[in-house]
Amino acid sequence: MTHSAEQGKKRTLRQTLLIVLGMFGFVFALVPLYSVLCDVTGLNGKTRNQPERVVYTEPDLSRTITVEFLANVNESMPWDFHPAVTRMKVHPGQVRKTSFYARNLSSDTMVGQAVPSVAPGLAALHFRKTECFCFTEQRFAPGEWRDMPLVFMVDKDLPEDITTLTLAYTFFDKQILVD
Amino acid sequence: MLVSKTKRALTAIAGVALVLSATSAAADYALNLTPGVTPISHEAHTLHMLIMEVCAVIGLIVFGAMFISIIKHRKSRGVKPAQFHESTAVEIVWTIVPFLILVGMAIPATKALVAMEDTSDADLSIKVTGYQWRWGYDYVDDGVSFISTLATPKEEIYNQQPKGENYLLEVDHPLVVPVNKKVRLLITSNDVIHAWWVPKLGMKKDAIPGYINQMWFKIEKEGTYRGQCAELCGKDHGFMPIVVVAKNEADYQQWVADQKGVATADKEAAQRDWSKAELMARGEKVFTGTCAACHQASGEGIPGTFPALKGGAIATGPKADHLALVMHGKPGTAMASFAGQLSDTDLAAVVTYERNSWGNDTGDLVQPSEVKAAR
Amino acid sequence: MSTATTHDAHNEEHPSGLMRWVTTTNHKDIGTLYLLFALMMFIVGGAMAMIIRAELFEPGLQFVEPQFFNSMTTMHALVMIFGAVMPAFVGLANWLIPMMIGAPDMALPRMNNWSFWILPFAFAILLSTLFMEGGAPAGGWTMYPPLVLQTGNAFPFLIFSVHLMGISSIMGAINVIVTIVNMRAPGMTMMKMPLFVWTWLITAYLLIATMPVLAGAVTMLLTDRFFDTSFFNAAGGGDPVMFQHIFWFFGHPEVYILILPAFGIVSQIVPTFARKPLFGYSSMVYATASIAFLSFIVWAHHMFTVGMPLTGELFFMYATMLIAVPTGVKVFNWVSTMWRGAMTFETPMLFALGFVVMFTIGGFSGLMLAMAPVDFQYHDTYFVVAHFHYVLVTGAVFAIMGASYYWMPKWTGHMYDERLGKLHFWLSTISVNVLFFPQHFLGLAGMPRRIPDYSVQFAGFNEISSIGGFAFGLTQLLYVYIVFKTIKGGAKATDQVWEGAHGLEWTLPSPPPYHSFSTAPEVK
Ligand code: HEM
Ligand SMILES: [Cu+2]
Ligand SMILES: [Cu+2]
Repeated sequence: MTHSAEQGKKRTLRQTLLIVLGMFGFVFALVPLYSVLCDVTGLNGKTRNQPERVVYTEPDLSRTITVEFLANVNESMPWDFHPAVTRMKVHPGQVRKTSFYARNLSSDTMVGQAVPSVAPGLAALHFRKTECFCFTEQRFAPGEWRDMPLVFMVDKDLPEDITTLTLAYTFFDKQILVD
Repeated sequence: MLVSKTKRALTAIAGVALVLSATSAAADYALNLTPGVTPISHEAHTLHMLIMEVCAVIGLIVFGAMFISIIKHRKSRGVKPAQFHESTAVEIVWTIVPFLILVGMAIPATKALVAMEDTSDADLSIKVTGYQWRWGYDYVDDGVSFISTLATPKEEIYNQQPKGENYLLEVDHPLVVPVNKKVRLLITSNDVIHAWWVPKLGMKKDAIPGYINQMWFKIEKEGTYRGQCAELCGKDHGFMPIVVVAKNEADYQQWVADQKGVATADKEAAQRDWSKAELMARGEKVFTGTCAACHQASGEGIPGTFPALKGGAIATGPKADHLALVMHGKPGTAMASFAGQLSDTDLAAVVTYERNSWGNDTGDLVQPSEVKAAR
Repeated sequence: MSTATTHDAHNEEHPSGLMRWVTTTNHKDIGTLYLLFALMMFIVGGAMAMIIRAELFEPGLQFVEPQFFNSMTTMHALVMIFGAVMPAFVGLANWLIPMMIGAPDMALPRMNNWSFWILPFAFAILLSTLFMEGGAPAGGWTMYPPLVLQTGNAFPFLIFSVHLMGISSIMGAINVIVTIVNMRAPGMTMMKMPLFVWTWLITAYLLIATMPVLAGAVTMLLTDRFFDTSFFNAAGGGDPVMFQHIFWFFGHPEVYILILPAFGIVSQIVPTFARKPLFGYSSMVYATASIAFLSFIVWAHHMFTVGMPLTGELFFMYATMLIAVPTGVKVFNWVSTMWRGAMTFETPMLFALGFVVMFTIGGFSGLMLAMAPVDFQYHDTYFVVAHFHYVLVTGAVFAIMGASYYWMPKWTGHMYDERLGKLHFWLSTISVNVLFFPQHFLGLAGMPRRIPDYSVQFAGFNEISSIGGFAFGLTQLLYVYIVFKTIKGGAKATDQVWEGAHGLEWTLPSPPPYHSFSTAPEVK
């Protein structure tokens, strides 16, 4: 085998290995990319997980949006969890307040994390929360119950064809502290 | 793992022809997609027929040319092979023409898709929750909510009884909806991914834990429509059917009222004390529907995976611990919390049943009032 | 193999017996190992399929429990895809690429040895999970979380074996690329390469681009389960649907990895037996390249029901429909190659013709599945099962069998038994259609896939399908017999073997010398 042929092989080998490593790295880069994509496009109907600042503007009284509230617990977690009201009529731009009731039915201290999801997914971008129990983990002593407030606004850029949107929270069991 | 029925297997395979003639009389040979009973399912059916016909025509031309060639251009007929091997004109034509056909297909498909995704202005919203392995339904406005479980008895599944007409497609509590109303389903899951699908309604949607998905349908005809979970969700994926009953408005309203009545009746029943016979009878029903999938009808469980209740430490130990376990589940295992899924009476009955079956003889009774107190 | 022709310039020491196979770095030995391994896995995966079809023969649970049934469907797919079809293609690449481009051997012989010997370990690990507590993986070959995280003790072994399979395929692919890019004989320009070499080159690039993606995805599963990460867990800010996106970003190119080399094989066989040059050589190359490119932007057609926004669904629908164009070009080219040729119908040609017809049927159902509004009905039913078995069994597997009949005389120096070969083809073709065609009807009638038991309305076609399945399974034992009979002996093959065969591999003796071209041939 001639010298240059050996070099050619080495070069190709390097190039292919680079592709392999690059693609392996790319998968992990996809994780933050996917989040960005979801934030921008509302791909998976997730709302932001931090309080948002909303600037007060005159509500758009010509439109009325129905907001439905749903509450779920994952893996039949022993919590009673439901919205104070199942449905609310709001105007875009209006800041509204409601609450969710949760109670720990078990005899252990439990920590739950509420995960919000909006349908249709595209509405998620326009559902802005200034206060929500989903921003932090919630810790409940055995038998403890709380009414947890939610303050939100549907912004005026909500696409015209959306007249109803549903906000669902699912509580996931993060930790059980057995005492 | 092979069930010791190898002999059966051999006879079955040997007697293929015999079995074929015996069972095909009863068997149904449904061939095609259903046109269904909703606007969406009609659209899907029309598109399906259209694309199938397009494929059939293309297939006829391509396979036709090929078979002519196979018959006429064979060496045994003494032909001399031509040597042409390209033609830019022909190649451009057979790139462009299929492309145009596809554009022609894409237009109606786009229209249909837009219509299917339009969930606005629904008359009724129902939350659907997938569980391993049953479905939960919550009527958002009426407060009606229930769990829907396979109703086919184990004996039919294990071939000890003849199979009924709706084998594996029957449930204890069907989803009831009004006809000619736009019904919106809000779909989620409690554990793994499931998919809610009734062919005649023309739509399938995944149920994903932590996420909410939506779909809609508007049923045009009263009747009963059956479907199944359509995303692999574990052991009993094949055993979590869906039944939808479409009623006219008056009957539907009556049904809603009845459901609320049932709920009040349940509440009242939970006030009184139940006899052992009553608890055992009801407990067996609940156990078969909810618990037997894992712990088995024999109470023996599946060694290594699901613990036995027969002679089990919990089922023969203190009553309060037993009740607490069933109500709250055992975190980190497949044992779910049933406090939210079962009523006070059902919980009382099933715990009583478990403590007094398969040779467990604690003699304990659990009353609905005790469950209420434990909540 | 060939003792008469070991006049090697290098004259290395060849250990004999078992050690020869363990330490070999020769492309023909390794090709043989790959092919025999693939045949073995084909039988193992086939046995699992027989269990599945036996259980589905009639309604009710007869032989296995649902959990074990799910393990069977999961393991069957993994074994067939990663154990049978992919290694068979790599085996063919090993045997044929050096002979076709006029090279003495593969470029990286030592790596070649490793890439093969990883495989038996990978599959020993995977198959050992059948005996573990909690059973073998049963969450489907697609390994969707959260379900796959419920796998018992087998879970880490599943992930590890997938990693090993990935490493093996990546090494095999790198070897193919380095060989093709650097070791072509003088005058063998890219656009003179046989199509099998071209399709494999493109496949190899698909492999190195997508196997790392699969490896990354399963690594995330592993850390989610054992190290408290939340890539796919909503509670920690993850998303189970993201796994599906990543998986199918690998998975759709993967299905083309399973078919492009088959395209190459058919493009070699058809011209030989039509005695006419391949029609549209360059458009074949371009079509293959565009299929490979498009395969990266259609993945979400496997996920139309997860609830994407409308624009996403539209994009993936259009892109998927577009793939039908280059695929159509290939089929038209094959038919035009036959047109006005002088055809004969030896076994390899029969398999190639069977491929063209039945792969196209699979392509048609693919086109139907691409239409999102109807896929809501087809998705996760037996219609999809029928689709991918038409493209994979009567597509990929038929091409591999055709290739084995076509080149076996070259490899072994013996002709196979033509009468038995034809019998094998006809029995396979009839039974495979009895097996899979009714599954279209079952899917359309509403039978979901991956279920151990079904309602009585589906009984008729399931029974027919199972009978076809048993017949197809038995027929493959005939194939095994034919292969071993040919290895042991048979009529002496000439160097050219087939009257219409062209290409460098047919200029070598049958069987060829240990090192294919010690001095590079001149290609005009
Ligand atoms: C014209 C070309 C093709 C088109 C348009 C096409 C389209 C599709 C679509 C839309 C699906 C998803 C169906 C669903 O789950 O609802 C699918 C599934 C599948 N296709 Fe194709 N396909 C084509 C060719 C192929 C080829 C060449 C192969 C492999 C050799 C293949 C293998 C598969 C497999 C394995 C699945 C199922 C994967 C799973 O869910 O387990 N397809 N195809
Ligand atoms: Cu399910
Ligand atoms: Cu695909």
